[in-house]
Amino acid sequence: MSVDVAWAEAWIRTSARVLSEHRARLNTLDREIGDGDHGENMDRGFQAILPKLDGLTDATTPADLLKVLASTLISTVGGAAGPLYGTAYLKAAGAVSGTAELDGDAVVALLTAGRDGIVLRGKAESGDKTMIDAWTPAVDAAAVALAAGAGADQILAAAADAAEAGAVATEPLVARKGRASYLGERAIGHRDPGAESTALILRCAADAAQS
Amino acid sequence: MKKLVNDPKNVVDEAVAGFGAAHGDIVRVSLDPVFIVRSDAPVAGKVGIVSGGGSGHEPLHGGFVGSGMLDAAVPGAVFTSPTPDPILAATKAVDGGAGVLHIVKNYTGDVLNFETAADLAAADEIEVRTVIVNDDVAVKDSLYTAGRRGVAGTVLVEKIAGAAAERGDDLTAVAAVAEKVIGRVRSMGVALTPCVVPHAGEPSFTLADDEIEIGIGIHGEPGRERIKLEPADAIVDRILAPILDDIPFTRGDKVLLFVNGMGGTPQVELYIVFRRAAEVLAERGIEVTRTLVGNFTTSLEMQGMSITVLTLDDELTALWDAPVHTAALRWGK
Repeated sequence: MSVDVAWAEAWIRTSARVLSEHRARLNTLDREIGDGDHGENMDRGFQAILPKLDGLTDATTPADLLKVLASTLISTVGGAAGPLYGTAYLKAAGAVSGTAELDGDAVVALLTAGRDGIVLRGKAESGDKTMIDAWTPAVDAAAVALAAGAGADQILAAAADAAEAGAVATEPLVARKGRASYLGERAIGHRDPGAESTALILRCAADAAQS
Repeated sequence: MKKLVNDPKNVVDEAVAGFGAAHGDIVRVSLDPVFIVRSDAPVAGKVGIVSGGGSGHEPLHGGFVGSGMLDAAVPGAVFTSPTPDPILAATKAVDGGAGVLHIVKNYTGDVLNFETAADLAAADEIEVRTVIVNDDVAVKDSLYTAGRRGVAGTVLVEKIAGAAAERGDDLTAVAAVAEKVIGRVRSMGVALTPCVVPHAGEPSFTLADDEIEIGIGIHGEPGRERIKLEPADAIVDRILAPILDDIPFTRGDKVLLFVNGMGGTPQVELYIVFRRAAEVLAERGIEVTRTLVGNFTTSLEMQGMSITVLTLDDELTALWDAPVHTAALRWGK
């Protein structure tokens, strides 16, 4: 399917379902190196967007929906994840504002702006064992796919693959941001829950473009 | 795990409703969005003071709302920072025209959400200043961590800044007093058992029957090391030394000594801890001139305690002694 407002709606709805399914697993990952509520908080935020989507029948662009998602997450998720994901979606929406159907360039711009928004708020760098370690490989892979002439749906698939690999690659890292940074070397061997939720969400974006 | 809850999703709403019902002479509560304000808010011409953070640390922060301390508290979900909306609503509710001070514990989520709320308040032309409490010496403050955590020292910041606001200091002066306390207060804690977040239903970490965690955070985050259980005096010596060496506290200092229970430790044990801590300070020539002992910054039902030391001067002593009337601290008047 084309990457348009229907795609954005499918992305959000699929994300809500997948995050709900993975709620307990994300909590467990977070309990190991944080405070055990990441799944709970993400699930609360994405459940809160669902009733709003039903009322957004006049939305015509992906940005229209992503903006509402951003403000919903900022006001319902709490913790660090709320402002970070909220800012990501807000900046992503800004990058494709007014565009009804996203081509490859626009998809790369959307992902890049999302990642940059998180960096702006959280000031994490690659290798800090945060969601950036899923986002940045995704953005890089999307750019490579675009340069190779891939379409928007293939770019999203490449980004999702890279985000999953990036999440797995957080396991051997020592955390330098967020609560896991208090653990020092004891964080080694545990996957970062934020990187994992990013991988799940970007997989949903790819799946929504395939169906 | 047995808990006195109905639906884990309603823990905060029901607790705040109960708090409002119990302390209606001191506070008003809002349930949507969730915040607690002193009953006479906003106080015209007075700097408003707002704090908040994840629930599960009661009486922090709601128990400190009232005259002489906080104007509002914003409880988030258990161990989760509140979102910007309720922080903004509380900030508006306490703005008496003299600006609002946000007292924030140094956790990534708390800092980001309060920062967003302060931006929104500025857009509504409310002047907001923010101070970040980071008294926990268990965590290295370095480029490689999120920085030292805010723990029980927050209570002292809230009391003293609250007194400064109550006597009529302007926003700059109240923020300066809060920063002065933050610069002089240090804490460290120990856990004997983990805590159980209601919606998780299982312990947030595990400790063997004979193990304790030195340098525990108030959300059960690990600290410096895990060791075998020792007698109380040895544990006190172990956590008091890094506190005293941090600033450092020196011979001749007058201090407030605060022994804080984590929620599951009986008072009788807190006084055993206090006894030893006071001995150690006396040995070092540090004079304890003010004290506080009890459960003030808890971590649900965790067994354990923290020790906080604050260097006092005449101004801070007078502000500590000033009248306060809240659910959890009250004297004077």
